[in-house]
Parts: sequence; structure tokens; C-alpha cells
Amino acid sequence: MIGLRIVKREPLPRWARVVIPIAAIVVTLILSAIPILVAGGHLWKSYFYLFYGALGTRFNLLETFVKASPLLLTGLAVAFAFRAKFWNIGAEGQLLAGALAATALGINLGGVPKPMVLPIIIIGGFLAGGIWASIPALLKTKLKVDDVVTTLLLNYVMIHIMGALLFGPLQQPGSSWPRSSAIIEAAQYPILMTRSRFHLGILIAFFAVLVVWFINSKTVFGYQNKAVGVNIRAAHFGGINTTSVMLWTALISGGLAGLAGVGELCALQYRLIMDISPGYGYSGIVIAMLGNLHPVGVLFSSLFFSVIIVGAQTMSRMTGVPTYIAEVIQGMALMVMLIFLLFREYRIKVVKKS
Amino acid sequence: MGREEHPLVSMRAITKQFLNVAANKDISFDLFPGEICALLGENGAGKTTLMNILFGYYSCDTGDITIKGEKVDLSSPKDAISRGVGMIHQHFTLVPSQTVLENIIVGTQTGKGIFLDLKSARERLLALQKRFGLQVDPEAKVWTLSVGEQQKVEILKALYRDVDILIMDEPTAVLALSETVELFQTLKSLVQEGRSVVFISHKLHEVMAISDRIVVLRGGEVVAERKTCDTNKRELANLMVGRDILERIEKKSLKPGRPVLEIENLEALNDKKLLALKDLNLAVRENEILGLAGISGNGQRELAEVLFGMREPAGGIVKVNGMPLRAGSPTSPIKLQMGRIPEDRIETGLLMDLSVEENLILEKHNAPDFCGWGLMNFARVHQFSDELIAAYSIKTDGRDAVTKSLSGGNLQKVMLARELARKPAVVVASQPTRGLDVGAMEFIHQRLLQERERGAAILLVSEDLDEVFALSDRIAVLFEGEIMGEVAVEEASREQIGLWMSGVRQ
Repeated sequence: MIGLRIVKREPLPRWARVVIPIAAIVVTLILSAIPILVAGGHLWKSYFYLFYGALGTRFNLLETFVKASPLLLTGLAVAFAFRAKFWNIGAEGQLLAGALAATALGINLGGVPKPMVLPIIIIGGFLAGGIWASIPALLKTKLKVDDVVTTLLLNYVMIHIMGALLFGPLQQPGSSWPRSSAIIEAAQYPILMTRSRFHLGILIAFFAVLVVWFINSKTVFGYQNKAVGVNIRAAHFGGINTTSVMLWTALISGGLAGLAGVGELCALQYRLIMDISPGYGYSGIVIAMLGNLHPVGVLFSSLFFSVIIVGAQTMSRMTGVPTYIAEVIQGMALMVMLIFLLFREYRIKVVKKS
Repeated sequence: MGREEHPLVSMRAITKQFLNVAANKDISFDLFPGEICALLGENGAGKTTLMNILFGYYSCDTGDITIKGEKVDLSSPKDAISRGVGMIHQHFTLVPSQTVLENIIVGTQTGKGIFLDLKSARERLLALQKRFGLQVDPEAKVWTLSVGEQQKVEILKALYRDVDILIMDEPTAVLALSETVELFQTLKSLVQEGRSVVFISHKLHEVMAISDRIVVLRGGEVVAERKTCDTNKRELANLMVGRDILERIEKKSLKPGRPVLEIENLEALNDKKLLALKDLNLAVRENEILGLAGISGNGQRELAEVLFGMREPAGGIVKVNGMPLRAGSPTSPIKLQMGRIPEDRIETGLLMDLSVEENLILEKHNAPDFCGWGLMNFARVHQFSDELIAAYSIKTDGRDAVTKSLSGGNLQKVMLARELARKPAVVVASQPTRGLDVGAMEFIHQRLLQERERGAAILLVSEDLDEVFALSDRIAVLFEGEIMGEVAVEEASREQIGLWMSGVRQ
């Protein structure tokens, strides 16, 4: 009889870190054939339209970037927090906090010189998300309250704060819907390419990749953040102020998620509505894991996700496979990736049993 | 060896490769009925790997294993146990919240069907306890037991499964002296009944005291086999490390200077909020090593943690060069030039998942030499860590190698390099050589002596009396959180220190 056993393996070489996510994506796409076939779609046609829909035309390609920008920012937010083992499951709430701040500022900054409006909104959105994330970080460092629970639950607190404001002071005068007034024109992100929605927020998201990479690999804070994540006791022993590192990590992480909210508001919606985010904050967790918590990895995994989300629209129109397939593929990508990450440290050995 | 009897276990040409390291190279090993055979070797010599193969925990790449005349292919510890092979690892595998009896019967057929027959299990256990003198209350919860008692439970667990080949991996590493004596009696009574024991160790005096036969491993190969009565410690030490190093410590006589580390009326609580240090007073001077002896668990950990800034004292004061240490802040001892070697280097001292370099710079990473404007100066950092790796001959694939890939001795060298690179005024070293092989131990001892010559005041907290006697200028003994006495090493006798360690004051 033949049996299988999982055994620990020696550390893999560097190239494997690149190969593993790519292999995971390939395997995910192969496995996606099953739900596509079950949904009655034609296999090759479905794959063709999935990619054609996301990359095949200029407009679609740019639309893929539009979709990628909030995913990239929340992915970076989660990856940066996880690196210090600050388990920020609350990017969704921090995104909403950013959008809320952008709305409040965007409606009321009419008297400010025009070139100042956007910088103020961007900083305000960043701070709103950051401060919202600092609450659980403070609870974690001062009172040892579990951060998974607090970051997650604060999402719901923020949804309800937003609801209360949209039915209250922020509600558009005369409207019976939970929506705010429109922001002023100076508060809108400029569109950078004609005949598309390719906006400033996309550049901000790409810039954020560079910034996070720079912080991680070049700065003293990046070193401290990593040390705290690896072993907080040893980092404390070595003289690192772990409380301060945790708070700054939360501020930056929440701030990045807040920027995602600013982008959705100032570039796409122009007014706050209840469903401003279809769960970008939660997708960010998956994207961060898929990207192996590395900013460049997060960049690629967010692009992969937006290809799937945007492409699924076209695929659905052309082949009748429902758009839910995009969510199935996303979920599968995470599971395949987690399994593949396991193979970084373990391998399967075939043993003969007598 | 010209024995007439058939070996109980016979391992032939065993080879085991771990990616690029050969842990066992063509090893042959026999075990005869009724003997205690010691497997002696430094850390990483392949002792534990070889026995893990016999226990079915690893499978060998090539080689044959014969147990009781039958060729076997062990694919799991369960296979091995069913053939009478039991192994007790350094880390126990007991369920703390369950009783001794429950731990022992786990996984065995006890009673019929779904009904447990605890009564007959208890009788069987009591009979075993009586036969081998292993006294533990079967109804006690395991978490309430001392380490020595837990080890007894592990042995009982093996005996309960009718194991007649018992492998013990460094069993004394966790035991107090009196518990070791008791363990040796147990092992002797086991072999008198015809069972056999494999005793894995790197401690020469223990191997000499307990074994009948000694197999020495070095670098994954068997280098020698001796009858215990035909050999001595010096020969074994040579065989084990491949050169003549039964440590000779040459200590220059130096005149101690002014006191650098002063501990006054220090009190501290342990994790259970009980008083662990009671009105402790100590002073260590320049050019001096103060050895703090004592059985661990008598406040050593709490004392070290207070000095390291990892525990807030309940009272008293610690001064370095006359400056008071800020309570409960690890940055304070760093600023006051204290080199700190914690006893749990893996949990507290080192960041195992970071690189060697990132560990070497931990306490200096934000010093002006290494950064400016919040950015790391990697050129300086690389130069610094390459220098330290060379100076301390740390065996690693380079400064970027992940720290957990290093052996125990090299981990401690990283620790030492980091702490001593700051040229500390005072060094507090807590169990600095525990678990290390002879070569690494010698290196650490030499480095501490060099620090003493440089002028540092050194507080050496250690359970190892040989170490304390060899290095110290003065010896103090800690017992239940109190200093039992303090004496210059020239006037100290082992009897005196031994009495103090057991709480007897003349």
C-alpha cells in the first residue's frame, strides 16, 4: 500500500517565492473550469471573454485599473499591518471612515483655494482611516484586547455611524434616500485619460506601493515593524518601543485603507452612499495573503483580482455564466494560495507501507 | 566487541540526509539486552536523528534495522512501540490538564468497547510503580507536577506499553541534581530486569556514571565505541570533539576595581505573584566575575528579568555605575551599558525568523552609526555584521541567512556578539552555556574571560557548578530568592556550595 505523509522541507530558494503565487493562480484558473462547466458555460469561450473583458480593449483595460486601485490600497493596508502581526481585519471600516471624511470635507471646502482642496481631503481621509485603526491598536497594546475581534467589529460600528449620518446631518437636503449631497468640483479626482475613468487615485495607489516598499526595506521603522511582527518579546527586549511601533503601523495601515475610500468617493461616486464599497476591505485581506504580504506581490494580486472582477462582467454577458463566478474564483485563489504556501515549508512524501 | 548474545536491536549502514546535510552517514549500531548504552556526541552529531529513526519518527534513506532478530520497516512511532521501542524526547508529550493515569492510558486499549476500565489500569500502573520505584500520584493533574515527576510519568507511559528498549534523549537537561540521581536509579533497575536503555547525552560525567557501553558520534558518523570501564573523560572528550579539549581555563589574576553593578534590597514577584526575590543584595566590580550558583527555579529567572528590564521589581534598586536602572524598561539597561545574555535566547534574545544581520544590529539599529533621517545605512550595517560574524566565527551561510537555521552554539554566538560588541560595562549572563556542546561552551567561556580582562563586571548566573568554579572570582548562592552566602572562589568548597544550594546555612 502506498501512503502519503507531510514532511518539513528545507527553506526554498528565492525564486520559489515568485513561482509559488504564479503556480497558485494557474491552478486556480484550472480549477475554475469546474464551476464554469457546472454553470453550463462553454469553457474556452468563457476563459476568452474573462480575459478579453478585462484586457481586450483600451476602455476595459483602463477599467481594470480603476477596479484595482481600491483593492491595491486595502491590500497594502492589510499587508502592512500583518507584517507587524497587527491583525487588521478592519480595512473595510477604515475605508468607510476615509470616504466619510472625504464627504464631509468635499461638501464643505467651498471657501478654500481650489488647489488646496484635494490635498486636504487626501490627508483628511488618510487620517480618518488611520485614527479608526488606531483604536484597536491602542486597545491591543494597552489592555491586551484581541485585535482580530476589535478591528472586525469596528467595521459594523462604522457602517452604522455612516448610516446614522446619511439619514441625519449628511443627508442630501430634500432626499429621502440615505445619500449625501455631491462634493464640490474641486474635490473631484481629475481624470487622467480621455474616454475612461482612469483617475488620480490609481496613481496614488501605485505610489503607495513604492512608499510601502520603501518603508519596509529602507527605513528604521520598517526594521522595527518587522521585528515586532516576528517576536514582540524579543523586539521589546532589544529596546524597540513596541507600543509606538504598533500604533504607527495601525495609523499607516488604516490610512492606506482610508485612501481607498477617498478614491471611491472622489473619483467615482462624488457623493456618499451606503454601498460605496462592495467589501473591498475584506478582499484586501485575501489580496494581501495572495501577495505574500509583499507590496509588489500585493500589486500583482490586486491586478489579478480586478481582472477577474471586470472580466466576469463580459464573460457573463457573452456566455451566460453568472458574475458570481468572479467571487468563486477569488475564494478559490485564496485557498489554493494558502495550500501552496504550506508547500513552502512542507512537502508531501510518498511512502510505501508494508 | 566479541559478544556472544544476539543484539536486541541492530541498525546497519544507516544513512539519513537532510537536503544538504548528512545527519547520519553509514552508521551501524547494536543494542544488547540488559545494558545501558550511551550515545555521546556534540549537538548536531546525529545522535537524536539516529534514535528518531529507530523510533520510526524519521525514515532512513538507506540501511536496515533489525529488532529482536526480525527485519523491520518502521513507518511511525506506533510501529516502533508495538515492537517494544519507546523514546522519551526532551520535550514531554503530556496533556497538562489531565491526570497521570489518564495520560498513561491514552491510546491504549483499556476496558471493553466504549467503557473505560480505569480500575484495572490503575492496578497495573501501581504494580509498575512499585516494581521500579517511580512514585507519582496517579490522580494528580500533570500540570501540578515538577519536571522530574513529569519525566517519571513519561517513563511509566513507556513501561505501561511493555517497552523493553527505552531511548532517553538528554533526559537530565531539565532535571535538578537530586532528580538526576533518582533517574539513574530507575534506569539501573530497568536494565536489571533485562530491558535496555539508550542514553543520549553530551555530558561526560553522566555518561561515565550511568552507562555500560559508550558509542561516540561525530559529524554523523560513529567515531568510537568503548566499554565505560575501559575509558575516561579525557579520552571521550577527545573523541567527541576530535581534538584535545577537556577544558582548561586559564584565568589571569586581576585586581577587581570599583563596583559597577549594585543590587540593593531587591524584591520581585514571579508570574504567580509570589515573592521570588527577597531583599537581595549583590555587588559586582570591574574585572570581576561573580558566579551566582543555585538550582534553577530559585529566583534566577526573575532576577535576570529585573536586570534586563523585562520585569518590574517590587522593591529595591539596581545601579549601574551609580546610575539607577529604570524599572521595567529594556532600553534602560541598554543605555547604561549592560550586556544581556538571557537564558531563553530563542524566546527573548533572538528574532529567529529574521536574518543573522538583523539580529546583530537589534540594539544598535537606531544608533547614529547605522541610520540617519530614519533611513538605515545598510553599507555600515553590512560591514558591522560581517565583522562580527568573522570575529565570533559564527557558522552561517552569510549575514542574510535566517537565524533559525543556525545551531544552538552559533545562536549563542550571535547573542554574545550582539551584546559584547557594545563594549558593555557590565555583563549579565544567564545560563549562557546551557544545552551547548563542549566546543561552543569553551568559546563562550573564553569570551567572558576576555570581557573580564577588558574591565567589565560580569554576573554569571549558572546551574553548572563546574562552570561557576572555573570562571568566577567570587561565588554567591541563590536559594528561594535569597542569597545564602558569598565566598571567594579560592576559599570555596563544593560541599559548602552544595549545602547552600540545598538551603542549609551553617
